[in-house]
Amino acid sequence: MGNGTRIGRVRGLGSSHQGAHHWLLQRFTAVGNLLLVLWLVFSLLAMPDYSYGTVYGWLSSPFAATAMVLLIVSTFWHARLGMQVMMEDYLHGANRFAVLLLLNLAFVALGVFGVVSVIRIALGGA
Amino acid sequence: MAHPKGNAARPLSPHLSIWKWSPAMAVSILHRVSGNGLAVAGVAVLLWFVGAIASGPAAYETFAAVMGSPIGIIVLIGISWAFFNHLMSGIRHLVLDVGAGYEVDRNNRWSTISILLGILLTVLFWAVILFAK
Repeated sequence: MGNGTRIGRVRGLGSSHQGAHHWLLQRFTAVGNLLLVLWLVFSLLAMPDYSYGTVYGWLSSPFAATAMVLLIVSTFWHARLGMQVMMEDYLHGANRFAVLLLLNLAFVALGVFGVVSVIRIALGGA
Repeated sequence: MAHPKGNAARPLSPHLSIWKWSPAMAVSILHRVSGNGLAVAGVAVLLWFVGAIASGPAAYETFAAVMGSPIGIIVLIGISWAFFNHLMSGIRHLVLDVGAGYEVDRNNRWSTISILLGILLTVLFWAVILFAK
């Protein structure tokens, strides 16, 4: 394969037209994180102690379980988007694709583990 | 790109060795450091927390013992600072997104304030945890 024409060298290598979507999701999840992590901070501050009974009783309530599931979805999504931007800045070539693939799989798997844990607590499984 | 020819007198960009720290640069790299710190350590501790509660009292006791040790407390202080720092610089980003705060003086002032507020909120959080219980 030759070096191609000037237009041929850049065609298909520029913007994938996903940038605005990524940018907007980063802001939407940022607002979600702002509310949900502050809920977690104030919940932790309001607890009389951190014994098993206290934290279990807190997280098994429907409100706390709902907020924690939303917190995991919002923060993990935001973390995945942010780490992807960092890796796109520092990684190049074939490694970048492999690392981004692993990053996305890892955050989905970790998030599902967190959600399953909260559901188990909320439904009284532990 | 090929090396430029025939126009050697044109100005070159400053490169990596020509810069000095400014508040905007500090808040920018701290935003990245705290965000990625949260994505690793914050995610790990949060998942261990909910996973241990879901697994029962014995698993939670292990989690609580590790987090209550001196190293655990240092990790938790680090995560809480990363959160409050990222929260403050993140709010700054949302303000910048609407096009406000780009004047040099104002930008430097709010960069410094967001870093200081992140530290202040971390101190207040731990003051309540450690002394108001």
